[in-house]
Amino acid sequence: MSEGTLYDNVWDRHKVTTLPNGQDQLFIGLHLIHEVTSPQAFGMLRERGLDLARPDLTHATVDHIVPTDDLDRPFENDAAEEMYAELERNLEGVDIDFDDPSSGNQGIVHVIGPEQGLTQPGKTIVCGDSHTSTHGAFGALAFGIGTSQIRDVFATQTVAMEKKNVRKIEVTGELGDDVTAKDVILTIIRRLGTDGGVGYVYEYAGEAIESLDMEGRMSICNMSIEGGARAGYVNPDETTYEWLKQTDEFEDDHERFEELKPYWESISSDPDAEYDDVVTIDCSAIEPTVTWGTTPGQGIGISEAIPEPESLPADKQETARRAQKHMGVEPGETMDGYGIDVAFLGSCTNARLSDLRAGAEIVKGRQVDDSVRAMVVPGSQRVKAAAEDEGLDEVFTEAGFEWRNPGCSMCLGMNDDQLVGDEACASSSNRNFVGRQGSKDGRTVLMSPKMVAAAAIAGEVTDVRDLPKAEVKA
Amino acid sequence: MSDEKEIPTVTHVEGSGLPIRGNDIDTDQIIPARFLKLVTFDGLGEFAFFDQRFDDEDNPKEHPFNEDRFQDSNVLVVNANFGCGSSREHAPQALKRWGIDAIVGESFAEIFAGNCLALGIPTVTADTETIETLQAWVDENPDGTIEIDVAEETVSYDDETIDANVDEAQRKALVDGIWDTTALMKSNADAIEATADSLPYIDDSSFQTGRADD
Repeated sequence: MSEGTLYDNVWDRHKVTTLPNGQDQLFIGLHLIHEVTSPQAFGMLRERGLDLARPDLTHATVDHIVPTDDLDRPFENDAAEEMYAELERNLEGVDIDFDDPSSGNQGIVHVIGPEQGLTQPGKTIVCGDSHTSTHGAFGALAFGIGTSQIRDVFATQTVAMEKKNVRKIEVTGELGDDVTAKDVILTIIRRLGTDGGVGYVYEYAGEAIESLDMEGRMSICNMSIEGGARAGYVNPDETTYEWLKQTDEFEDDHERFEELKPYWESISSDPDAEYDDVVTIDCSAIEPTVTWGTTPGQGIGISEAIPEPESLPADKQETARRAQKHMGVEPGETMDGYGIDVAFLGSCTNARLSDLRAGAEIVKGRQVDDSVRAMVVPGSQRVKAAAEDEGLDEVFTEAGFEWRNPGCSMCLGMNDDQLVGDEACASSSNRNFVGRQGSKDGRTVLMSPKMVAAAAIAGEVTDVRDLPKAEVKA
Repeated sequence: MSDEKEIPTVTHVEGSGLPIRGNDIDTDQIIPARFLKLVTFDGLGEFAFFDQRFDDEDNPKEHPFNEDRFQDSNVLVVNANFGCGSSREHAPQALKRWGIDAIVGESFAEIFAGNCLALGIPTVTADTETIETLQAWVDENPDGTIEIDVAEETVSYDDETIDANVDEAQRKALVDGIWDTTALMKSNADAIEATADSLPYIDDSSFQTGRADD
């Protein structure tokens, strides 16, 4: 078993006791909730006559079902309105902070936590959403939980968990031009498999990770779950601290920052920490990466050929055949030139300010292809406002993109933003599962925001490196 | 207050099987997101594997969940990385409400297995060949009985007894009836407070009532 890693250190600090079944009971420092996975847990609480243990450590927003066009209540979609209203009812008379759209702070739960400074190193963070792993970018121990566990956290501010192994993923080398964190994580998942991380927590380390900004680190940690790892993290460093200093929590409270910093440093992985596994990946060779199939592990460089199913490990062949049939791709071809109908720049993976800047840099002065319906869905109201301050909204709308309100949107098609029929979507989201974007015949190609922008312009998947850039930053 | 809920032990599951073949079957396949727009889990059973079971006009397609011979089955037999993807408990809730009491497979995604445990559904594993043999047998014997002994970690059918695996914490939780952990964890209130108290980022370590004063 690992020793002295951030995972071990945070675990030890939060362990309440060992339960009779052998699991540890872990204290939870931050519980994020949203409208889709919390109502049943509130229901269970009422059924059992239990109160919320720590509403002060609980933070709510709405993201999964909110429309991204017309936010006037009641929502046009009755089911969405009912879910929203249920969350409001559950929060009535309860001391839980709620970032609703009128607050200016609403957004995807994994975007708002970090931007407000709720996400901090050494915290345990849970949410009824598998992409909670995102918060690990700050050196938090963060993972998704099911609704019964949400009930447990509501009632006790703890969860029952088994300790996992720790795999250190050392990313060496330097990223090439237009190669981003998204390309790195797609490469990691391709290499280690969609189930390679089961039983593991991933520690991302190495010079390439250290040189990433916080947003890039979040994109990487976000997709840990796509590699089977329930949590992933990066040890906190100066980049982390610089981000934190500018958040609500610390911008006016430098004293608090200095008070907590020793704790943040104390939970970082020791220099002589022991890992259960270490994997090294050289990122210098990574190209802009896209998926050709229907699992996030089915990725390739833009100039690389789609693999013959027979060339893959035995247990991946059938999945590959099914995926190639669904996507309508042939082994031996590249994804360059794969026609798209929709371009989606959004999701908890890639809808932060730097993602929008990266996309804008590509689309500025260009036009979205006539065959493409393109939309930008900023990750939060704050991201949206900051982007508008820089004029990014105009860059996108002038190019033919729709500029929407924040939410999960077309990442999972729970609101009206959905693929229709067998539409193909260049998407900056995290899952290309069949049916994921709202149509069971829909086809999703995962890629970075830059590559989404390039695909929107070209009307097909294309190598962003072939397009000259414009200056968009104010 | 019904805090002290009686939690049943799950030592044996017996019944007929149904096979769902394929690796990496994700939670979007088990229950598509559009069926998550509900504030309870009631009625989710009919939507299990919906997009695999029905075409655009809602006509049934060929799928084990649609076959008459499997309608009374309660042991799902699956392949590798079953339940990968989202944390939605709706996935095991839908399977449970359809009638599934236990799942035997090559491997399971972690959050999915944890969600199953929270509902008292064992997720039992065995190697690829053993699972494929069992799936073939289930196809031939849709009424045949499969017996899962959670405590002994065996799966028996026909004349076979498979030496299977049940995660140790899961096994103990099911066999001892401590898979619903709310009351158990709540009884450690003092230790929870002590832990909170030791964390520099927690200002006030005391349990709160959850209701606003006003």
